Amino acid sequence: MVEHGDIRVVHCGGSKINFRDPVITHDSRFLLCASGEAVKVFSTSTEECIHELRGHTGLVTGVLLRPSNHLQVYSSSLDGTLRLWDFTDGILIKTCVIGYPIYSFYASDKHENVIFIVASMPSDKRAERFQLVAVHLPQSGDQMVEAQELSAVLSGVNPNPAAIAFGRGGEFIASVNDLQLEVYFFKKQKSYRFFLKEDNKKGGWNTFTCVACHPKDDCIATGHEDGKIRLWRNFNHKKEYTYSTLHWHHSTVSSLCFTPEGTNLLSGGVESVLVQWRYNQESERDFLPRLGGAITHITVSPDGSLFCTSHSDNKITIIQSCVKVSAVIQGLVKGDSIRTDLMMDPRSKALVLNGKPGHLQFYSLQRDKLLYNLDIVQQEYIHESGLQQFEVVKAAFDASGSWLATVEERHQKAAELELNLKLWAFDEQTQSFVLNTTISAPHDAQITAMCFCQPTDSQTTLLVSTSKDGHFKAWQLAAPAHTEGTDDEGPSWLCDFVSAYHGLVPECCSFSADGSLLAVVFQEVVTVWSPSTWELLTTLSQPPGAVSDLCFGRLSCSKYLLGTTASNLLCWNLLTCSLEWTTSMDVRRLVADPLSENMAAFCYQSGSTDLFVFKPSEPRPLFSHKAVCSGKVTQAVFAPREEMLESCEESSQWLNRSQLYFLTQQMDLMTFTTKAEEDRLLASSKQLVIDDSVAMTPFYLLLGKHRQQQQEHQDSDSSLWAERTALPQTSASMKELLQTPAHVLPSTSYLCSMFVQSLLISVSDAREEKAHAEEEMESEKEEEDSEEEMESSRSKPELAAAAATESDTPALTKAQARELRRVRKLDHSWLAGLLDS
Amino acid sequence: MASFKPTKIQVYPKLGEKVTQDTLYWKNYKAPVQIKEFGAVTSIDFSPVTPHNFAVTAFTRIHIYGPFSQEPVKSFTRFKDTAYCGRFRSDGQLLVAGCEDSVVRLFDVSGKVALRLFKGHTKAVHLTDFTSDRYQILTGSDDYTCRLWDIPNATELTTYTEHTDYIRCGVTSKLNRDLFITGSYDHTVKLFDARVEKSVITMDHGQPVESVLLYPSEGLLVSAGGRHVKVWDLLKGGQPLVSLKNHHKTVTSLALSSNGQRLLSASLDRHVKVYNTTNYKVVHNFDYAASILSLGLAPDDASIVVGMTNSILSIKHRKNQEDSKEIAGQQRRRPSYRVFVKGKNYVPKQDDYLVSKPVKEHLAKYDKQLQRFNVSKALDTALGTYIRFRKPEITVAVIKELDRRGTLKNALAGRDERGLSQLLNFIIGNLVDARFTPVLVTAAEMILDIYQSVIGQSPVVDRQLLRLQDLVKREIEFQKDLLEVLGMLDTMFASSLPRKEVPCSGHFEKERCKF
Repeated sequence: MVEHGDIRVVHCGGSKINFRDPVITHDSRFLLCASGEAVKVFSTSTEECIHELRGHTGLVTGVLLRPSNHLQVYSSSLDGTLRLWDFTDGILIKTCVIGYPIYSFYASDKHENVIFIVASMPSDKRAERFQLVAVHLPQSGDQMVEAQELSAVLSGVNPNPAAIAFGRGGEFIASVNDLQLEVYFFKKQKSYRFFLKEDNKKGGWNTFTCVACHPKDDCIATGHEDGKIRLWRNFNHKKEYTYSTLHWHHSTVSSLCFTPEGTNLLSGGVESVLVQWRYNQESERDFLPRLGGAITHITVSPDGSLFCTSHSDNKITIIQSCVKVSAVIQGLVKGDSIRTDLMMDPRSKALVLNGKPGHLQFYSLQRDKLLYNLDIVQQEYIHESGLQQFEVVKAAFDASGSWLATVEERHQKAAELELNLKLWAFDEQTQSFVLNTTISAPHDAQITAMCFCQPTDSQTTLLVSTSKDGHFKAWQLAAPAHTEGTDDEGPSWLCDFVSAYHGLVPECCSFSADGSLLAVVFQEVVTVWSPSTWELLTTLSQPPGAVSDLCFGRLSCSKYLLGTTASNLLCWNLLTCSLEWTTSMDVRRLVADPLSENMAAFCYQSGSTDLFVFKPSEPRPLFSHKAVCSGKVTQAVFAPREEMLESCEESSQWLNRSQLYFLTQQMDLMTFTTKAEEDRLLASSKQLVIDDSVAMTPFYLLLGKHRQQQQEHQDSDSSLWAERTALPQTSASMKELLQTPAHVLPSTSYLCSMFVQSLLISVSDAREEKAHAEEEMESEKEEEDSEEEMESSRSKPELAAAAATESDTPALTKAQARELRRVRKLDHSWLAGLLDS
Repeated sequence: MASFKPTKIQVYPKLGEKVTQDTLYWKNYKAPVQIKEFGAVTSIDFSPVTPHNFAVTAFTRIHIYGPFSQEPVKSFTRFKDTAYCGRFRSDGQLLVAGCEDSVVRLFDVSGKVALRLFKGHTKAVHLTDFTSDRYQILTGSDDYTCRLWDIPNATELTTYTEHTDYIRCGVTSKLNRDLFITGSYDHTVKLFDARVEKSVITMDHGQPVESVLLYPSEGLLVSAGGRHVKVWDLLKGGQPLVSLKNHHKTVTSLALSSNGQRLLSASLDRHVKVYNTTNYKVVHNFDYAASILSLGLAPDDASIVVGMTNSILSIKHRKNQEDSKEIAGQQRRRPSYRVFVKGKNYVPKQDDYLVSKPVKEHLAKYDKQLQRFNVSKALDTALGTYIRFRKPEITVAVIKELDRRGTLKNALAGRDERGLSQLLNFIIGNLVDARFTPVLVTAAEMILDIYQSVIGQSPVVDRQLLRLQDLVKREIEFQKDLLEVLGMLDTMFASSLPRKEVPCSGHFEKERCKF
């Protein structure tokens, strides 16, 4: 067992984009949102990610446009730094070190160079006490500055960014926490506190959840856990404050936002309905229902033309202010639990797993993009907590990807289990799956496993499902036996065979690679059936313990059948029907590579998971990796690569044909990469950087190519011109000077000498210089040799070079040449002197 | 923004027989015309020439009916006793019939008096037929003999005495003038060749043979007797092909549909069954009021004529194809439909710019209420009279959807006596339907929970609750009985199946050996 340094475990798949509220730029062209340790810049029109602002070393907790320069953006992170970026070019301008983890931050026009951050101060005894701190940004040109001037404004604030808001151009700041609204006036340096009763019947109903301030009026809107919105007025008096209540939401209001002109108030919550209230005419409301998951944040573009809502299903919806959805940015949906296994769609090579409730998501691993969500349940989703919903619990693809089988179930405590088996056919025309057959209640109890018969060449497709009711059933596609009056009836799926084995519960099933054998595990007994005759061929047994996972070997190892128990990994030889070998390890997941003999086993050992990759025929594992991640790994899949890797290292050969993905207990998608591959990816990503801010769309490719050609043409023109005038070729520094935006460049005085230098030192000069240096040495030698004629010492290329430079005088005498050399030497020293000055 | 997903109405498989091409074909007959005869109708024979009149032999008469007339166009009444087996000659000019008094009579179809009398049999003659050369007559009698007669001279040509019991059926070959087949109560079917003295092939049917039938190609022979219909391959020397046992009483008559694709058999069990002649599966079934003695099928299946023991002759004529089509077409083309499709079937031309209007999604009424979260109203809509009685699956689907939304209790609560009794009525009506039981049981439990406190206030509701209780009790009894039966069947199946050894894993065996 060798540890391999060059194979690394890396995160895969986009991180959350709904963690904090996104920001829309002034021109409404870009949308910036915090995503893991980076800030992503999306185009609002094409939904594409243009670039990422990378540099933070901790989770990014906030993005804010710089009030004084709308082409720059601040970002805060848990690593204790504020960073200022130019988002159009993706350049880091300044880093400001605060020193404490920043949970959220705010800025306003009125307070220039002051940023208000929410941080937990270590001076506090209790770790959970958060403070709102004003940070004066030091005015210095350095890239890296440390903020010194910190002054606490409010203490005991909520770290949730929605709980604090600036009012009326920054005159006051409102903060809500628990049952208290606190308003701090900067001018008076005084804060007012307002308390609500706890609604004594059911505690915590009046709890504040979010706050928003009217941009022009003295009005604060607060959202509450019971779905009410309160509009506070006259709050600069301790006693005479008033509030009015709006109630539409049935559960927690999670986000509130005023439009920039203050004419509308937007609110959203669990219901996933965007409600637009007219300010001062609150009875008039507009609704935008069924946006997806619960709304977590609402933001409005500075000109008020675009709204944007973040949803709990890792989605950002961009809405035009006429309440029409214009774009949807969707990330990989991370549910609480992935009930279906990780799967590969054989057609699109996309990773398939549970997505939104009742959906399967198809996630392209190559492009790191969610392709689409397939609605499996096809029912109106009711946004209500505590409601038992239909969930997709099992899914399986057949080998060619033309059939998809899904199982959905809904289990209510009192009622019976509701179970549906659905079979979806791939429709070539619409390029998506179309429901073919719905079998309600295919089994009496939960379905434990499901698999398709794998061979691609066979005519009939067979699906086997095993259930806790003790039966396993085989389903087959059958042509309609009768024309049912309607002529559009295609073939549908029917139950072909039902069997049980001594009333034991089947746990899993597997088809051999050629489809000639079916193995079904009945607790401790592995039964092997022939799918063509439905005969029980043999039973295999092992040291006691229920078999939990089953896998047939492939290609040259197809005679082996592997199974796992709680303490052992077992391998049977199907030719002798006996146990070939067994090792004692707690294998949680066994996956077979569809393209090779390799198998991967995830073993759980003392709090972390180890990976072993092996061939059933060889006792020594090909690769092992200790402590891949903490917790158990129960879902993994081999994804075939688009192009094979050419790695010849023994340890990483198993990654050549396919890549291994797995889900950790924290529902993070991870994968294994080799160093070579990473380098390649890095290189390709550099190539892919688009200099223009326009997103890479097919349209752009069409027009952009044309423009590029024009540019190239110009370039070639200019290069021609450059050659003619014998100007020095564009050096790196010149390029840098011309292409960097002016506002990020150093001072002109510093640049000038660099520029001039770059003009002087051309490539040809350098060559000549070299030649000169050689000649000098030679001449010195010659001098040492005192007039000795050493023609032979001069190499031929030099002669040619000399001939080229003095082509008008091809025939030079020796003396003349020496003279010339001396002259040149003089000349050069003078030039060098000039350079140095 | 996704659109509202309407409530999914479960599609349940249609109960009852499947609609197939055959059922459509065989159901396409008009209501039967029934004619009362004087006695049991023993034989029906269609004339081979147009207009395909048919001779019906009943008691002492033979009536000839035209294809459309309900009155006989001709009748022969000069029989001293019960007549049997009136058959047409291949040119449709002559008719022959046997009689209980052992005399065989030959009639001219246009005449009235018998042209010839063939005397020689000693007992009732049940089988008469013309040979294919049209100059001879085959007869079979209860005196165990079958004879060939010459028509011009009215003389007996040959007598065959091979059968050992009554000869009740037979048929002559249409292709060869010398071949004929007889079926007898001695369980045999014999093929005779007039050129030799004795039978050529003998087939054992197993039961008294009531009817025989030759395929048009005359390679296959069908015989009916007892409950069995058997098909024999004559070209292989009388090898049995298929034995069909679809009737539960004696099969009395056979017929072949005009294209030879379907075989019909009529039986005393009052059924006529239609078989597919390629796989010999029953594809259709006719029911009649009484035991059937005879069956006739007009060329092109234009009509099915059945004679029964209660002396009723039932004639079914085929529906006219054009008629049915025209009616369907007229129904669709109503004026309101024309208004409805106005402009919608316009096909845009090549240069036209198409302004597409957003298609307004049509939602059912209950879905509209569900969309607005008006749960009680949604349930009320789904309990409307039409839906409740005609499409209970919709009501059940709405109840299920409400249950899924967790608002079924709210929807059920707050109903007055009328509303509640309507609801209970629906539940009582559909609770025992296996398709709806899981959903309705939940609803019924909820109703009991909600209205527990007001039980006893309304006699109407109380009565219904008692009915519901009764229903549930009865259903539980049924289920118990069914489970008992299931258990019995399981034991029977288990004991009838041969035990098969499953090879066990070698490793396991070895382990066991060690111990």
